[in-house]
Amino acid sequence: MTVELGHIALIVALCLACIQAVVPMVGSFSGYTNWMRVGHSMAVGQFVFVALSFACLTAAFIQDDFSVAYVANNSNTLLPLQFKISAVWGAHEGSLLLWALILSGWSTAVALCSGKLPLILSARVLSVLGAISVGFALFLLLTSNPFERMLPIPPLEGGDLNPLLQDFGLIVHPPMLYMGYVGFSVPFAFAIAALIGGQFDSAWARWSRPWINVAWVFLTIGISLGSWWAYYELGWGGWWFWDPVENASFMPWLAGTALMHSISATEKRGVFRSWTLLLAILTFSLSLLGTFLVRSGVLTSVHAFASDPERGVFILMFLGIVVGGSLLLFALRGPTMRSATTYSGWSRETMLLINNVFLVSSMAIILIGTLYPLLADVLDMGKISVGPPYFNIFFVPLMSGLMICLGFAGFTRWKNTEGRALLHKGVFPSIVSLVMAVALPMFMVDKLSWSNYSLTAVVTLLLVLWVVTMSLEDLWLKSRGKLSSLSGLSGSYWGMLVAHIGLAVCALGVGLSTAYDAQKDLRMVPGDKTELGGYQFQFVGVERVEGPNFIAYRGNIEVKSSGELIVRLSPEKRNYISDGQVMTEADIDGQLHRDLYVSLGEPLGNQAWAIRFQVKPFVRCIWLGGLLIGLGGLLAALDKRYRRRRLRKGVDESSGGLVFE
Amino acid sequence: MKVVGGSSLNRLALFLPLALFAALTIVLLLGLDKDPSELPSALVGEPFPSFSLPALHDADRTLDERDVIGEVVLVNIWATWCFACRIEHAMLNQLAEQGVKVIGLNYKDNREAAIAWLKERGDPYAFSVFDEQGRLGIDLGVYGAPETYLLDATGTIRHRRVGVVDDRVWNNEFRDLYAQLMAVQR
Amino acid sequence: MRLRWSMGLAVALFTSVLFGSENLVEFSDESLRSRYQTLITELRCPKCQNQNLADSNAPISKDLREEIQRMLEQKMSDREIKYHLTSRYSEFILYRPDVNKTTYLLWGSPFAILLMGLLAALRLNRRNKIDVGSLDKAVIDQESRIAELLKSGEDDK
Repeated sequence: MTVELGHIALIVALCLACIQAVVPMVGSFSGYTNWMRVGHSMAVGQFVFVALSFACLTAAFIQDDFSVAYVANNSNTLLPLQFKISAVWGAHEGSLLLWALILSGWSTAVALCSGKLPLILSARVLSVLGAISVGFALFLLLTSNPFERMLPIPPLEGGDLNPLLQDFGLIVHPPMLYMGYVGFSVPFAFAIAALIGGQFDSAWARWSRPWINVAWVFLTIGISLGSWWAYYELGWGGWWFWDPVENASFMPWLAGTALMHSISATEKRGVFRSWTLLLAILTFSLSLLGTFLVRSGVLTSVHAFASDPERGVFILMFLGIVVGGSLLLFALRGPTMRSATTYSGWSRETMLLINNVFLVSSMAIILIGTLYPLLADVLDMGKISVGPPYFNIFFVPLMSGLMICLGFAGFTRWKNTEGRALLHKGVFPSIVSLVMAVALPMFMVDKLSWSNYSLTAVVTLLLVLWVVTMSLEDLWLKSRGKLSSLSGLSGSYWGMLVAHIGLAVCALGVGLSTAYDAQKDLRMVPGDKTELGGYQFQFVGVERVEGPNFIAYRGNIEVKSSGELIVRLSPEKRNYISDGQVMTEADIDGQLHRDLYVSLGEPLGNQAWAIRFQVKPFVRCIWLGGLLIGLGGLLAALDKRYRRRRLRKGVDESSGGLVFE
Repeated sequence: MKVVGGSSLNRLALFLPLALFAALTIVLLLGLDKDPSELPSALVGEPFPSFSLPALHDADRTLDERDVIGEVVLVNIWATWCFACRIEHAMLNQLAEQGVKVIGLNYKDNREAAIAWLKERGDPYAFSVFDEQGRLGIDLGVYGAPETYLLDATGTIRHRRVGVVDDRVWNNEFRDLYAQLMAVQR
Repeated sequence: MRLRWSMGLAVALFTSVLFGSENLVEFSDESLRSRYQTLITELRCPKCQNQNLADSNAPISKDLREEIQRMLEQKMSDREIKYHLTSRYSEFILYRPDVNKTTYLLWGSPFAILLMGLLAALRLNRRNKIDVGSLDKAVIDQESRIAELLKSGEDDK
């Protein structure tokens, strides 16, 4: 019964979404305020029903209801409870339901926080969100129904959730990522509402900003988690492969980052208005494009969902309507008039423009690299692959350029900043960074020689120290060296500072782990020793252990540093019972300045095993940096000025959510 | 804030994103029909690579490319560990009965197991080359079994199929080309 | 700084003394190993979803790794090795596509994009530009600047 209930709840949600899409929009044109208000209650109702539907599917998983095809394919009785729950979004259908749930959640948040918005605007925003919901609900019901039964004879035992996904990472990574993807539907809806209404003053920019920040925080954390998960779960120590699916999440992030920056200029100075509108449309479009790439099977990926061309056609149609429609609207109604506001030379406007050139160019290059194999195939030019070497060649210099400019971020002012003053500020930090960047790599290696003095490390340190010292100098000047004046700085300022330093920390991890990565693939019998990166590893042996739903060989490796035992690592080779999949579970000893990464390979006979040892200096900084970037976004989103109205109004707002002005 | 009026050129520029998106959609739509995991062969139109390997049934007999070249043949890559080969086997037996010359390339397999396999399921192959290390496989660009190559009488590879050859595949990809090559050969 | 206290720990990152264990892949000349590593990370496993030869456990990847090792031992250059493999497995296995007529667009468009981005930014900037010289230099006096920035909690970023 619960399954049918879930199915019906989804259908009800679809009906509510239809009303939400149509009625407020019609109302906004004919001026019926009652019609305009309908969207708000519909959004809440839709959320309740999608949540009910989601709960029913979860219940089916917990109760091992294998008469439901989706449950039977992705779960079994042996699966631990937490993975039965996370298996709900472990494959295509359920993850799409999660999309729908999150979308209705964001719509509800907009409905609840729209108290201060002009009714006509909030009605249109909710209508656009409702239309997107209709698309996803239809997609679920028509092509990817998670509630489909396998009748009359349900299987006694289910298949299995992909072992790769039986992990904490899967529990948190997709919801975070989707919160980000879907969150960008809100600024998208604001942009569309602004286009429909022809109102391009800074109001829409101001209203969208906190939403952009929050969505961006989720996306940032989602991507960091995904990278971290791939690092420890895929078993080979890579953390970013420029895989199409990874790119699909990274492109909206780059566009969203550009949007965050350009919208600040639009809000404050009324400049770049068409560009900001376009970015708002582009960011959400890239989220949808990512969904298409991941689920249609047009590209091969290590992370792809089981693909289905029928679904591909549906998403492509949806993509065509949503993106094509909004770009047409943009072309017809976008603002061609430019503001008479002026700025000069090295003003903040200019710097934000440069930032956007870097970010959007990177995004476009990644888009081309990701889609080029498809293009070549379509044009019958043969199958080619575009991989990490291509992306790195362009992305690394672009990001380096971005970081150089980013150093000046805090010093720039609206309208005009004198170039000479900026250069003056850069003198001391550039000397400090240069000296340290040249000197530090000499101490990173044991016996210094030309061959192990890493230029990669020098460049990395130069950029990282430049950003950090410039940021700190700015902080010093702004606080006049007094701790007491720090509290006077705004949340936005702290957000910027933390996010920029986060980027530097992330770059530090990327650069140094690349420069000083050490790896060995060895054949070892119990008792064998090796040394790598200043650590001694001893292979003690392998034992057979049983997990809840797998049997594993577990290696035992002692790691010593200067003769002292520092850690025992137990990498595993797991054999999952239900479908015989073999998984390599690496074991990692992680510290801020280095990770020891050991994975167990194949048995080679006579008790010998292939074992891969890796020492990865500073690799953890990559994700720490990601978290800092996210924290920066959060600080900016919590800036007082977004909440001022609410603070003034006090407790009479019982909605519980944030109220944005 | 003062606002300066825009030109029609600016309006035209706003259509640029739409145009780019339309182009993208067309590529994606055409891309839906393509199978990204299907690899083209680099060897179609190239001569069959030279090799020197033992025969499956007789370890002392050495075979080379001259044993393969000379008439229109199918070269089929197979192995006992390959599940899809079991499905394909009946089709190969049928083709052999129809008079198509099929040469087997037993790929990275165990000799005894492979001989027993053919005894049990019938042997469609004129002979099988025993490629224990997969060296000829690499020269052919094989990345899994089964694979099937169609060679003309001069030993040039004319078609390659990765995966099972069944009735549908034979009729769609091989039959006409085979008939044409046979006509030339006569 | 995080770097400083770690320096003592990050000793001997490149030394590798072996005792007892042996390398899974042996080379007559250790200098071949780094070339081997680069090759197997930049070549794609033809069978897998999207993995390079280094990370893939597929049997074909193992064979191709051995093939590359053999060719390295035969003193073949990287270019020869890649040619040897692409003439069998097609250009598909190159993660760094060669520059040829199929990939002009791929390799050329990033430069075109950057150029367009720069031109667009310059155009936009010139449109909005005013004469810096006309501004009172005192406005950018440091003291007042800091004071203004501190005062403006409103001011973002």
